[in-house]
Amino acid sequence: MQIKLWLNGKMVTEDVAADMLLIDFLRAHGCFSVKRGCETANCGLCTVFVEDKPVLSCSMLVARVDGKKITTLEGLQEEAEDFGAFIADQGAEQCGFCNPGLIMNAIAMFRENPNPTDEEIIQYLAGNLCRCSGYEGQLRGIKAFLSFKKEKGGVC
Amino acid sequence: MADFKVVNKPIRKIDAMALVTGKPVYTDDVTPSDCLVVKVMHSPYAHAMINEIDTEIAKKVPGIEAIYTYKDVPGRRFTMAGQTYPEPSPYDRLILDQRLRFVGDGVAIVAGETEKAVDKALKLIKVKYEVLEPVLDFRTAKDNKVLVHPEESWEALCPVGADNKRNLCATDLSEHGDVDGVMAECDVIVENTYHTKANQQAMMETFRTYTTMDPYGRLHVIGSTQIVFHVRRILANALDIPKSKIRVTKPRIGGGFGAKQTCVTEIFPAFVTWKTGKAAKLIYTREESQTASTPRHEMEIKVRIGATKEGIIRVLDVYTLSNTGSYGEHGPTTVGLSGQKSISLYNNNLEAYRFGYDVVYTNVQSAGAYRGYGATQGIFAMESAVNELASKLNMDPVIIREKNMVKEGQVMPSYHDETNSSCALDRCMTRAKEMFDWDNKPLAVDLGNGKIRSVGVAMAMQSSGISGVDVGSATIKLNDEGFYALSIAAADMGTGCDTILAQMAAECLECDFDDIIVYGADSDSSPYDSGSYASSTTYVTGKAVEKACLQLKEKMCKIAGEMLSCSTEDLVFQGKKISKVDGSEEITLMDIATKSMCGNTEATQVTVSHSSKVSPPPFMVGMVEIEVDKETGATTLLDYVAVVDCGTVINTNLARVQTEGGLAQGIGMALYEDVTYNSVGRIYENSFMQYKIPTRLDVGKMRVEFESSYEHTGPFGAKSIGEIVINTPSPAIAHAIYNATGVWHRELPITPEKVMMGILKNEN
Ligand code: FES
Ligand code: FES
Repeated sequence: MQIKLWLNGKMVTEDVAADMLLIDFLRAHGCFSVKRGCETANCGLCTVFVEDKPVLSCSMLVARVDGKKITTLEGLQEEAEDFGAFIADQGAEQCGFCNPGLIMNAIAMFRENPNPTDEEIIQYLAGNLCRCSGYEGQLRGIKAFLSFKKEKGGVC
Repeated sequence: MADFKVVNKPIRKIDAMALVTGKPVYTDDVTPSDCLVVKVMHSPYAHAMINEIDTEIAKKVPGIEAIYTYKDVPGRRFTMAGQTYPEPSPYDRLILDQRLRFVGDGVAIVAGETEKAVDKALKLIKVKYEVLEPVLDFRTAKDNKVLVHPEESWEALCPVGADNKRNLCATDLSEHGDVDGVMAECDVIVENTYHTKANQQAMMETFRTYTTMDPYGRLHVIGSTQIVFHVRRILANALDIPKSKIRVTKPRIGGGFGAKQTCVTEIFPAFVTWKTGKAAKLIYTREESQTASTPRHEMEIKVRIGATKEGIIRVLDVYTLSNTGSYGEHGPTTVGLSGQKSISLYNNNLEAYRFGYDVVYTNVQSAGAYRGYGATQGIFAMESAVNELASKLNMDPVIIREKNMVKEGQVMPSYHDETNSSCALDRCMTRAKEMFDWDNKPLAVDLGNGKIRSVGVAMAMQSSGISGVDVGSATIKLNDEGFYALSIAAADMGTGCDTILAQMAAECLECDFDDIIVYGADSDSSPYDSGSYASSTTYVTGKAVEKACLQLKEKMCKIAGEMLSCSTEDLVFQGKKISKVDGSEEITLMDIATKSMCGNTEATQVTVSHSSKVSPPPFMVGMVEIEVDKETGATTLLDYVAVVDCGTVINTNLARVQTEGGLAQGIGMALYEDVTYNSVGRIYENSFMQYKIPTRLDVGKMRVEFESSYEHTGPFGAKSIGEIVINTPSPAIAHAIYNATGVWHRELPITPEKVMMGILKNEN
């Protein structure tokens, strides 16, 4: 079947198999930031934006995003660098494999709720697993980023 | 502590920005996708013989390149364990065997152009199995009439007490002092049996390997591994080809925790590429990673403590039964730590100890290396038993530890008679007490809202590399303009070893951290390193880095001496320059670098290997505060205080995060993570849906501090940190749950159901 979508701002038209998953489509198009950590919608590593809303790309058929706007971390490099630097400053990107999914969801959270409490951060990101960091360093990084943004008076 | 410039600082990881911006750096990102797709057909039975296997129809599927069965593979047995040769793990594997030993064992290898073709072919392979009776309970495995490895070609290279005709992978008994005599004199004896389950390392990147033939006709293996040199040997053994025909490299690794110290996926695509000459890739699914890899050894540990009524621990008796599953990866070696690390912790007044073990084969998934490596299991048992002793004597569990804990300078008979050369365990305890306010917190308090708040404590030790075995090496080279290239074969699996080793080099060479570039883990070009495991990288490879840098400094001084026409004794190295001691003349590093490339005969590259005769233990104390819900049995973590002595902390950020990560894994082990089997040996927890690792909602608050000691045999005084950090949560949490409910849970994980049943049983 033929589909048409906008991948990180570029239009892509392609023939795809009806059972193709969004994650496989994205990786086939060079979006290697999208990782598969499970096959069961449990780890959050494959998070991407469909129409600016985070979804698990391992659990969505590419056919369902026909006509839609898809964003991966490749399309958000500046934001990834800005925010990622704060994670890096904590040493909380250990193996780093979970980071793209986490950062996608964190960016979504910053957009939805620019001033989250600790509790809200933990709740929002609960679906993003990390086996290396123990989560505390990620939380410290997120909070440091938020207070930096606040000091600058900007919105995320 | 010495005044360091680069070491002991929170330096950002060299690869941090690539990782946080999602750059393609892992195996599946950096290897081409237009290669053969390889998949393994897994056994549906725990124990069976393949009577007939027909691949003819499957081979006809368009796009199928090859299908291999046990008839096609070399008949030479090997082990997948990444260990120094001769491996203590028995040679009990074939790439594919006619006898299948667990649900998940390899039946056939299928390689094809597309995943769809391979999946289709997998369904069309016809197998007639003769289903055999399996050994599923490890308590009945020894001398069982059913043998997991009856074959004659089974071989143990080391004298570890292995006997395949008794389902024994290893056995041993060691004794020091008059155990029974001292025990008989003791006022109080605590004796209990503890059971820890298999745990999945559950690193986020599953097992994956890409293989190709290089222009020299050699097999190039690129994969997510902690052990490039061991992989080379294992593949040569498995494929029965010369080691010179194999090159192994690794890109970034998405976590290992010991899982990737075993050759889980490498063998299959390597075999395909060797046979077909075509590039191939195998990516294990999460389900395969959970069912056909090598999780932690399940152990049952019996601890007997003999003590005085004042709480002086005089004698310890430990027996461990370890379940290695269908193959013996790391079976003979993990078990030793269950006794050594637990007994040695209570060295202070110890007059005698006994430590015995059996490691048995069963028809379940093979076990392997996982962070903590047997110490985790042993420390759960020992620390729980000590807490039981404290409660029996009605003593403060902290005081009983303070009385008995191993002290700096003591010789530890239960730890190869090593001297405890650097130990801040006592200070860790004092600091933890302060941070936690232990003395002012009741062991438990009923909050009156259906919840009980309670506390628990545990301590731990590990080691730093395998003494007399592990080899770490470093090559350091001076380049144009005076920057340095550091080449290592320790594998950074996210813990940041590339960064900390560069920090050490920068400290030694008195240069900026950015002046060091690091290149890692290529079996063709890196100097030999046993690999990243056994908590050895900082301690062993780090020392090699330090020594290599010192030698390079000497060489640079030699060149400077020639240029300044003076002897090297008259020179002092000052990082960016080398000056005469009297300050009269100097020469810049840039000039030396330039000189090294023109008419020079002094090599400005040094390789040093290091191995340590000792393995100084890091120590730690963990204290936990929890809330137990009396209605549901649920345990909620509130606060975890951890104080660690890893000698000199090389990178303060990375050590902290590694500690927090280890604690989280330990919390998972204590409360959720379980591997259970149905009656025919199939694993229930074959996905993240069933195998629950902690989320950020589950870990509570963690507070980490360091009480440094100075280990003179380590680089800049450092010891290891990788493994020890997983060891305290299970016993500390079990202790807190006892304090809340009055029930000792001696089997992990302590799920809400178990807590609830305990509460109900107690009430009746
Ligand atoms: S891959 Fe785990 S949630 Fe999508
Ligand atoms: S950093 Fe390794 S899984 Fe999160």
